[in-house]
Amino acid sequence: MKLSELWLREWVDPALTTDEVAQKLTMCGVEVESITPVAEKFSNVVIAQIISIEKHPEADRLHVCQVNVGQPERLTIVCGAKNLKLQMKVPAALVGAELPNNIKITRSKLRGVVSEGMLCSGRELTLTEDSNGILELPVDAPLGQNVWDYLNLSDRIIDLSITPNRGDCLSVQGMAREIAAITACDIKPHTIPTIESTVSDKLSITVLNAAEACPRYAGRVITHVKADTLTPVWLQERLRRSGIRSINAIVDVMNYVMLEQGQPMHAFDLQTISGGIQIRFAKATEELTLLDNQRVKLNQDTLVIADDTQPLAIAGVMGGLDSGVTLQTQSIFLESAFFQPHCITRTRQKYNLGSESSHRFERGIDPTLQVSALERATALIVEIAGGQVGPIVEVTQQTYLPKRAIISLRSARIHKILGFTIEDATIETLLQRLHFICEKNSTGWQVTVPVFRSDVSLEVDLIEEIIRLYGYEHVPLRQAIAPLQLNTNAETKLDLSHFRRTLCELGYHEVITYSFVNEKHQQLFDPVNQPKALINPITAEMSVMRTNLWSGLMEALLYNQNRQQPRVRFFETGLRFVPQPAEAGVFAQQKVISGIVSGAALPEQWGVPTRAVDFFDLKGDLIHLIGLTMAAHEFEFKPGVHAALHPGQTAEIWRAGRLVGVLGALHPSIAQELDTNGKVLLFELLFDELTNAHVPFATELSKFPEIRRDIAIYVDQTVPSQRIQDTIVDVGGELLKEVNVFDVYQGKGVPPNQKSVALALTLQHTSRTLLDEEVAAIMDRVISALIQRFAAELRG
Amino acid sequence: MTDLDTLVNQAKTEIQASNDLKTLDDYRVHYLGKKGQLTEYLKTLGQLPAEERPIFGQKVNIAKQQIQEVIEQRVSLLQQNQVAQQLAAESIDITLPGRGQSAGSIHPVTQTRDRIEALFTQMGFAIVEGPEIEDDFHNFAALNMPPLHPARAMQDTFYFADETLLRTQMSPVQIRVMKSTPPPLRIIAMGRVYRRDFDITHTPMFHQVEGLMIDENSSFSDLKSILTSFLQAFFEKPVPVRFRASYFPFTEPSAEVDIGCLNCEAQGCRICKNTGWLEVLGAGMVHPNVLQAVGIDSERYTGWAFGAGLDRLTMLRYRIADLRYLFENDIRFLRQF
Repeated sequence: MKLSELWLREWVDPALTTDEVAQKLTMCGVEVESITPVAEKFSNVVIAQIISIEKHPEADRLHVCQVNVGQPERLTIVCGAKNLKLQMKVPAALVGAELPNNIKITRSKLRGVVSEGMLCSGRELTLTEDSNGILELPVDAPLGQNVWDYLNLSDRIIDLSITPNRGDCLSVQGMAREIAAITACDIKPHTIPTIESTVSDKLSITVLNAAEACPRYAGRVITHVKADTLTPVWLQERLRRSGIRSINAIVDVMNYVMLEQGQPMHAFDLQTISGGIQIRFAKATEELTLLDNQRVKLNQDTLVIADDTQPLAIAGVMGGLDSGVTLQTQSIFLESAFFQPHCITRTRQKYNLGSESSHRFERGIDPTLQVSALERATALIVEIAGGQVGPIVEVTQQTYLPKRAIISLRSARIHKILGFTIEDATIETLLQRLHFICEKNSTGWQVTVPVFRSDVSLEVDLIEEIIRLYGYEHVPLRQAIAPLQLNTNAETKLDLSHFRRTLCELGYHEVITYSFVNEKHQQLFDPVNQPKALINPITAEMSVMRTNLWSGLMEALLYNQNRQQPRVRFFETGLRFVPQPAEAGVFAQQKVISGIVSGAALPEQWGVPTRAVDFFDLKGDLIHLIGLTMAAHEFEFKPGVHAALHPGQTAEIWRAGRLVGVLGALHPSIAQELDTNGKVLLFELLFDELTNAHVPFATELSKFPEIRRDIAIYVDQTVPSQRIQDTIVDVGGELLKEVNVFDVYQGKGVPPNQKSVALALTLQHTSRTLLDEEVAAIMDRVISALIQRFAAELRG
Repeated sequence: MTDLDTLVNQAKTEIQASNDLKTLDDYRVHYLGKKGQLTEYLKTLGQLPAEERPIFGQKVNIAKQQIQEVIEQRVSLLQQNQVAQQLAAESIDITLPGRGQSAGSIHPVTQTRDRIEALFTQMGFAIVEGPEIEDDFHNFAALNMPPLHPARAMQDTFYFADETLLRTQMSPVQIRVMKSTPPPLRIIAMGRVYRRDFDITHTPMFHQVEGLMIDENSSFSDLKSILTSFLQAFFEKPVPVRFRASYFPFTEPSAEVDIGCLNCEAQGCRICKNTGWLEVLGAGMVHPNVLQAVGIDSERYTGWAFGAGLDRLTMLRYRIADLRYLFENDIRFLRQF
């Protein structure tokens, strides 16, 4: 909320600078976002009147004006604006004037005509954004007066961030009260006199089954107003400084009273109202065109202000177009009501309409303000636009109006919450400054809350009021005391950081991608699962929850490929959201470790031929990861199928009968569709399946020599090497310590459809040196098993 | 037969002149071997009168030793030369780059997370987690934000058709822990949160850390102390810390916590909008309505909580100028960490 400092100081004027007040407000919970001058400095700009306008003899678009600046001599000023009128009062920058943006006005010739100054637009004076024409000043503006003084521009706009609980601060009066409390000074009295009616015109007011939503409604008729009167410049300026545009004199007064008092108000054109005023919920069939020209269908939750035939306004949110005040309006009906906050919030959400009024009603206004605000508005309207005043009609249902809360405040509780003691007398003073009434009792106080503080209803609310006024800066630092307890840090449970660190050592960069992704890409990477879709996404690019992390990783890869960074090793950890087949609509939120790899296996370097990364590089990395569990033997890589992966280069990882993850090469058709460069490999592991780790128990080392025997065989190319190894382990017996595939070859010299596999076997006895015969026997067993099971042929 | 001295001199000359170990070994055999010159010499011993034999034998032995010594010296010299040659031949350009896999990196937000975890676990805080797709109760209602509460407008929320939502803060994790674990409690929750905001300073997904302590005597003074120490430990310098009053539905009293601007040392600059302060945390005493919603006796127990943007802390710590860098995943950015 923006307020003029001068306006505020008319209500409360502490002997502090603007910055000092701002500092105190910010510390006490009303954050000052900015303080800005209402205009940039300018000088020698005076109020002038246009006496004559002639076309410039040399230039079509320019005019030559004679203006009166309150001096005997008329000035000749050349001007290009289109809104010039005879008798118009305008700001004229005289020769020697200095304007914002370093503009200095000199006597100068414009196409042969001497101009003795410049007529100014609002923009040139930094008052408005409007640069379309010269700023028009009121007809009664005194000729020759300095515009700076006339508009009272030695003022600043204070922009306040009012928290949602402090609806009472959303006005000059409310802020003045707050500043008075914070700075311990007095608010200046502003009494609102009652205005006696001069005519008997009135409208009946009926609250129809809506007493709870509208416990108070006050209204008054004013006839014979001149709605086309120009709003006084002081009032326009105050509105402008609060960021509110001037509409017409009546509407401006409504807004002004709202800003000053905190009571939102509305004015209807009396002639558009047939019969009386009804406050009721809308019928499902009703429609209304609002002030912003929007036509809305109403529903039965919407509180409206209606006449005998139709709705006129959505209560507390926005008026109707047809019943609004125009320049032709002659009689008006003023509304000042208390609407229940919840009711207004519901409507605002339903129609997605926010207004200055709804903002205040939603946060709770002072329930005693309605009649006095009406009087205040009446006085201003009569002063500005004249009119005959009718009597106030008011309907109140006390039951539903907020009551003054009475709260028991205990000294012990204050100490418990704050952790230190504040003296009783201080507590009383602080609360009294905020208009709370304190009565001392045996445990503390009984506190009566002022009626405008609907946010205060609990003991802790009072404690907050005390401490914020006391000052957070005066709260001592006290170290918390808690029993020592050990956080168990299990070696048998791996946490994510183990895996992150290992991947980092393997050359992977951790990335963070959005959890919601493009639906099309999601479909590409997982055509099987229907993802959970947002109903209000920001863009289609972020509309469904990922069922795996690959579309985000792919986006990161493409981002880098498009920036000449072809070598990418990325991983991400986070949740995927997978529909559960067993229960419709239920999504498992599973933590996964996923990655994408592309480009060279090793960074380009001298002495090592550059080679594109392949499946086995990635498999090696994952074996490292799995190794963290110290239980690599529990894991198994099996040929797998995944819609996003190459069917011949996909593996599933299993651990003790449970699927842990998948890895493989990106399916060529997806690569084509996404226009990726080079080979891309992907993996995804379920974190929860990896966390269980073994504590290794050391075994005795054998002191006796190891014996290595190599064999090379031809087998059919489809025989998985894992099965060959498993067979060797199976028949090798306990003296076989290790089997390792050290070469696989297909092509020249190898029979067609066959491959050559070379294996190294390591043999060792734990307590003695192996005999040649023992080694030979093992090798015979192994070879015959390979021949038998795979029709292997021993290579020469 | 030449006399012994001549032989020794001849041997010395030849040995000194030899330039490789092979030739040298040939000389050794020639002079000292089983059929060598000196052995031959010794064979003549028998022809000498008995009384001359010991003197002659001694002379031959001395000659043998002399030749032996010269050979050894020469061997050692040649070996040294050989090593010197090898060293000269094997010298490499050590300024060439090393080989191997490139270094990876941990995302800076994760690094911040890890540091915060390390700081709080020292004090016995447990790290807790929870779902990102939440329900209204855990994300709002239990946090003293019933439907139609005006504070809900502060957090523009992503919804799903089944009325679940993406959590807008880490507080639902606190709610879940408080519901399942009796006090006293000391927990830290960190993770992704989501709000419908997308501009130069907001991304629709970001990260938060929230902390909670519940005990019989947790107080606002404790909170102020712990957050002051935390911020100073996090930034590794005694930054000024300022607490000022604020409002959150789930805490009361509530505070915004600022630190002195790290960029300008609180002198006022563009980054702190000339205030000298940077807002980094929100905090407060847990609202009794929140404790009641999770079944904790709010008369007996009090607690404090805080929340901060991990991304913002990361940006401040590592001087990252633009929030978007954190989620663009540009490898040239990531390599810097």
